[in-house]
Amino acid sequence: MGKVKANAGPLARRPDNSAFKQQRLPAWSPMLTAQTVLPFFYGMATVCVLLGVWLLVTVQNTHELKVDYTHAGSCDKCFEKRKDRANANQSCNCTVVFNIENTFKGDVFFYYGLINFHQNLRQYMDSRDDGQMIGRNKNLKNPSSYCEPFMKDKNGLPIAPCGAVANSMFNDSFTLVYHSAASRQVVPLFRKGITWYTDKNVKFRNPQVENKTLTLAQVFEGTGQPLYWQKPVYDLDPWDRNNNGFINEDLIVWMREAAFPNFKKLYGVLNRAIEPFTEGLPAGNYSVDISYNFPVEYFQGRKEVVLSTVSWFGGQNNFLPIAYLVTGCLILLLAVILTAVWWKFAL
Amino acid sequence: SLNYVVFPPTEKERHLRANDRELNLSYKYADNAIKTSKYNIFTFLPLNLFEQFQRLANAYFLFLLCLQSIPEVSSLPWYTTVVPLVLVLSMTMAKDSSDDMNRHRCDKQVNNRKVEILIGGELQSEKWMDVQVGDIIKLENNQFVTVRMEVIKVSAEGDKVKGETNLKVKQALTVTGKLEDSIEKLANFNGEVRCEPPNNRLDKFTGTLTLNGETYSLDNERILLRGCTLRNTQWCFGLVVFGGPDTKLMQNCGRTTFKRTSIDRLMNVLVLNIFGFLMIMCLILAIGNGIWEYQEGSKFAAFLPKGVNAPFSAFLTFWSYVIILNTVVPISLYISVEIIRLGNSFYINWDRKMYYPKSDTPAEARTTTLNEELGQIKYIFSDKTGTLTQNIMTFNKCSINGKSYGELLDFSGQRVEINEKTEKVDFSWNNLADPKFCFHDNSLVEEVREGNPEVQAFFRLLALCHTVMPEEKKEGELYYQAQSPDEGALVTAARNFGFVFRSRTPERITVVEMGELVTYELLAVLDFNNVRKRMSVIVRSPEGKLTLYCKGADTIIFERLNPSCSNLTEVTTEHLNEFAGEGLRTLALAYKDIDPEYMEDWKLRHHEANTAMDEREEKLDALYEEIEKGLQLLGSTAVEDKLQDGVPQTIEQLSKADIKIWVLTGDKQETAENIGYSCNMLRDEMNEVFIVSANTAEEVRKELQTARRKMTPDGTEEPTVKKSRSGLFCLLKTETVADEPVNGEYAMVINGHSLAFALEKDMEMELLRTACMCQTVICCRVTPLQKAQVVELVKKYKQAVTLAVGDGANDVSMIKAAHIGVGISGQEGMQAVLSSDYSFAQFRYLQRLLLVHGRWSYLRMCKFLRYFFYKNFTFTFVHFWYGFFCGFSAQTVYDEWFITLYNLVYTALPVLSLSLLDQDVNDWWSFQYPQLYTPGQLNQYFSKRAFVYTVLHSGYSSLVLFFIPWAAMYDTVRDDGKEIVDYQSFALLAQTCLLIAVSIQLGLDTHYWTAVNQFFLWGSLSVYFAVIFTMYSNGMFLTLISSFPFIGTARNSLNQPNVWLTMLLTSILCVLPVVAYRFLRILLWPTINDKVRGRGSTHLSLVRQDKVLPPAPRRVQARRTSTRRSGYAFSHAQGYGDLVTSGKFLRRTPKSRPALFSQTDSPLAQTQPQSYRTISEWEEPPLSP
Repeated sequence: MGKVKANAGPLARRPDNSAFKQQRLPAWSPMLTAQTVLPFFYGMATVCVLLGVWLLVTVQNTHELKVDYTHAGSCDKCFEKRKDRANANQSCNCTVVFNIENTFKGDVFFYYGLINFHQNLRQYMDSRDDGQMIGRNKNLKNPSSYCEPFMKDKNGLPIAPCGAVANSMFNDSFTLVYHSAASRQVVPLFRKGITWYTDKNVKFRNPQVENKTLTLAQVFEGTGQPLYWQKPVYDLDPWDRNNNGFINEDLIVWMREAAFPNFKKLYGVLNRAIEPFTEGLPAGNYSVDISYNFPVEYFQGRKEVVLSTVSWFGGQNNFLPIAYLVTGCLILLLAVILTAVWWKFAL
Repeated sequence: SLNYVVFPPTEKERHLRANDRELNLSYKYADNAIKTSKYNIFTFLPLNLFEQFQRLANAYFLFLLCLQSIPEVSSLPWYTTVVPLVLVLSMTMAKDSSDDMNRHRCDKQVNNRKVEILIGGELQSEKWMDVQVGDIIKLENNQFVTVRMEVIKVSAEGDKVKGETNLKVKQALTVTGKLEDSIEKLANFNGEVRCEPPNNRLDKFTGTLTLNGETYSLDNERILLRGCTLRNTQWCFGLVVFGGPDTKLMQNCGRTTFKRTSIDRLMNVLVLNIFGFLMIMCLILAIGNGIWEYQEGSKFAAFLPKGVNAPFSAFLTFWSYVIILNTVVPISLYISVEIIRLGNSFYINWDRKMYYPKSDTPAEARTTTLNEELGQIKYIFSDKTGTLTQNIMTFNKCSINGKSYGELLDFSGQRVEINEKTEKVDFSWNNLADPKFCFHDNSLVEEVREGNPEVQAFFRLLALCHTVMPEEKKEGELYYQAQSPDEGALVTAARNFGFVFRSRTPERITVVEMGELVTYELLAVLDFNNVRKRMSVIVRSPEGKLTLYCKGADTIIFERLNPSCSNLTEVTTEHLNEFAGEGLRTLALAYKDIDPEYMEDWKLRHHEANTAMDEREEKLDALYEEIEKGLQLLGSTAVEDKLQDGVPQTIEQLSKADIKIWVLTGDKQETAENIGYSCNMLRDEMNEVFIVSANTAEEVRKELQTARRKMTPDGTEEPTVKKSRSGLFCLLKTETVADEPVNGEYAMVINGHSLAFALEKDMEMELLRTACMCQTVICCRVTPLQKAQVVELVKKYKQAVTLAVGDGANDVSMIKAAHIGVGISGQEGMQAVLSSDYSFAQFRYLQRLLLVHGRWSYLRMCKFLRYFFYKNFTFTFVHFWYGFFCGFSAQTVYDEWFITLYNLVYTALPVLSLSLLDQDVNDWWSFQYPQLYTPGQLNQYFSKRAFVYTVLHSGYSSLVLFFIPWAAMYDTVRDDGKEIVDYQSFALLAQTCLLIAVSIQLGLDTHYWTAVNQFFLWGSLSVYFAVIFTMYSNGMFLTLISSFPFIGTARNSLNQPNVWLTMLLTSILCVLPVVAYRFLRILLWPTINDKVRGRGSTHLSLVRQDKVLPPAPRRVQARRTSTRRSGYAFSHAQGYGDLVTSGKFLRRTPKSRPALFSQTDSPLAQTQPQSYRTISEWEEPPLSP
């Protein structure tokens, strides 16, 4: 509209009569009236309370068990041993025992947890080379300078994987044992399938070489292993050759840095194909045999193993359900107050 | 002085010789090429960048960029700063380059105009830019004057240079005038000119012309200024004195002071405070980092060797946080503010309701940086003529021989309202009648045609007693050139009633009286001046009868009447009161038959007096006094100084909006008062109208004090002055005079003479206090400089936003002095418009400019700022909280791309659409409730207080937005047991929560949801999701590994219900308290806006039904005044009498003869301030674009 404007003539400079130019665009002007606000508040209160109850029920149906093994049980000696850096190459095994009172039904996940480990420090997080980990040959031999001082080893060989994150990889290993009345049975865990699909298949790749016959060790020839590691990257999983190199799932899990200093990371998933674990973890006594390597006493950290089942809502975190319940109640209170004020002043 | 900036002279004196290019070139005077452009193709980039980086904000971001290049400090990659910076720089650059391109085009157009130059003995057509100082050029009628030049010879007798409506007489020196238009003589002309160096004073020129050893003085009368148009002459030869940049026009368009709005200043202060705040935050975090490094970092060193000690680490962290937290003052703030202002300026240009079809003039926002100030105006300073009035006089009513004409009565004797539809008197019987003239009372025509002698004498007087010049281009097509529109109106009235003034020579006046040609011999013109307040002519009719016709102020005439007229005087006085009550300008008319013998004697004495060497004025005055006695009253005229349409309603609306209107006019007190009454600024029901017109400083002070004490009998003697400091670094000391309460309505009229005293340092406070207590202030007979001084005074002590509106060159100073200058583009020329910030054609558009556009602009700007600070503070505070969890290592919470795009993409358009489209109530309601305007005056929507609230609000929001996700995600996992609390997922969650929360907040702030708002809001959210899915995609990661490490995060965390439930909870917690608070506020302390909005929505149907504004109740026209008020007003200065009689103007007369009686200006009249726009020259520089 309004475009029928003559370029000359008495009204040549008359502005267009368009709704936009005349600021007459059709519009909706909502008002905060009692008729809209109060029902909305009551509605929100109801929604929040219902959500809270539902979530609470859901969360209550999950199980979680945390066992701090920093210096629990026989791990005490290992803890002491790891205080001295000179013992870094000596292995140390220990066991903690615990009891599961109720059966963990469904899929059970085995996590290790670290307390007070700052994976979220800026310099720490930057100290990695994604280009190397995606298998770019250039980066393999010539890692990013962000990896400093974990870029080259003593011999001047480029470190693969480079950087502080990979260097500090958690290297305890666990064997979960079920002590039934009859026997002692190792709980079977899947050690694969614990990473994001995208990480495993896109973000982390082993270096690509023309010659498909080369072993992984040959591919990584000319690189050094991270300073704190006991084995090279191509030898991380001695039992599964396809779980080595940059696509080792423990490495991938570790490389996804945690947002907060207290975190847990997935170690394995219960293999429910084998009796008596088809239903989950049965109640009873358990022990974890730990190869205790990761030192935490330097930074006053703690280590734990976590066994957990999940729901659609994820792990066992009671915050959201309770927060929803509290919020719902607060909104209800607010709504009542608003109604009272409205009753008194506006009517 | 305020009006003129004095440039440091580099040139002491200018010397040049006509027709001698070599000599003149040796002085290296500027040639006539004009260059207003700033850049050329090569200098553009470096110069423009240099200029841009001189701005503090840009320089700051450059500094940030440098910080980011230090790896130890860099907490954000370079692109987070470079992308916005480049965007801002390039946008500014685009704007600057288009501006400069326009300037180039204008320069080219001006420089390439043709002009005829005398070169080598013949006239050659050359470009303007090739004109050199010392050239002789020829100009023709209606041509623009190229350069400033001295007039050598003009054709014919008179030459008037016209600055739009203002004709000015420019005459050549006699010696050069003799050169005629002979090319040969001109080519041999070798006069030398010595004159003042270039300056910007339009009203003064000093110089000398030396020709053949003789020296002649040159003054302003001999100078044509660049920008004038030549009128009423066929040609004109001139010698170029100044060229191009040296001309007065160019010297006058020097940089005007850059105006800033109060929001601008507040914003600067806030930004400075925010910087301080930023530093404190960084300091806290840096100290935290120091402590953390000391306690934990050292132990963590095995995993992350740093090689720096805790204090140094803290130092580095400080700078890292400066980079991260800089988003509290994002660079996009400035650019957004500019865009919003630009957009709101366009609305003004586009507004059809401010478009004046008669002159095809839309409103124009000439300055695009002041919009929101339009919503905060507290004082309006208005010119009168051409602004409030049309400067058109119409003959409206008259009283002849005790009978009043001009009013329409119906059968029952009630007055009939006269409007456009009222039937007009038919003047077709008179073929010389002016078709534009309209009159509604038929009885007067009937009387004239029936031959009523008094009525005929009345119109004969009007046809004879004046100094109007007739122009008859075609037979029967008469045009009158009157020095004042009043005179024109009266002569035109006589013309239509059958007494047509046809032509005049210095000795004769030819009049067609009811179709008969009658020639009167003009014996004397006793001209008008301010003391006499009357003018008379003495004519001899063809029958030989001598008559003196006199018109003038009623009080003056009545003193000089023959006692026999006393009855008539009484009736006429009654009529005059009536006319005055309607705001009409009245004149009393009288005549007297003169005895021929007495006349002979008087003429002799007159001649004697006229040639007397001393006391000539006094002698002449005495003679005039003697002959203008014993007059017979004929009646009175009432001329309407036509107000512009809608002026009283506009003024009423504006005063309802609590805006004070002061009229500053060059007119006389009576005229000003008249207009004050007719536009409702002065009212009879006012408690008192103080008139300050004293002659000494002490008297002025006394009058002001008396007035003040009358208004507040128990007020304090000393003004309450609040001293405070403001501005950047609190360097500005301000004094604010508090408003004082007044009981009742008062008004003040002060004249220029008193104003001069009152504006002195020691009395200005007195003036300000008294004036500010009055509802209406009218200053009359003020000079342009005083206008500016008054504005400055209010600006200085009231700390209020002022607006000056005017149309003439004499308003330029006040337009420039006020915060906002508005030019009325009328008949008065373009000077005011050119120096104004906003211009339109009619005064009444002012209410739309302020009440609608100003209010909206202010509202939008404040909403924008509040929201903008909210969203950025919230954004930034989350980083602050995260600092406590990441060892104060300056780790960001969000993805770096989110940081880059947050202000530029995700939130830019929704907030722009809010600040360009939002309306709390529509324009109809704005007019219905002008009180809606007051929050702006009180700075209610955005102040330091509002800012603090905003910061607290964002503090709360950021707590919710950080700690809820933190707690919700703590120790949890995905529904398949895999990782969800990793850094990348948390970053995604935090940024999505933030974006949703600020978007909902925006929705809450939006009062006016158009499709555009919806589109931008939903569009931005969708763009956000589209962008994250794109950036976190495999393809992007594989292309640029180091820039897009977030691969897969969106896919892996946005499919989790707990992530979405967290977002819902944060949104609820962020928004509901705000809703509850606002709802309570509306319920308990509703503002006028809330009430009007409430009505607006509940009575929507009602609004639709009568969209048209109901006509504001017109005030009853006939107000009988209880006190006698003279309506006398005649916008005359010293008349044209001597010119009329000398014949200088008369083009038809081949040779002028010395006038019978010529008279010079009386010294008394000259001491009065000469500020009558219709004739005075010095205040109307003849400039046209």
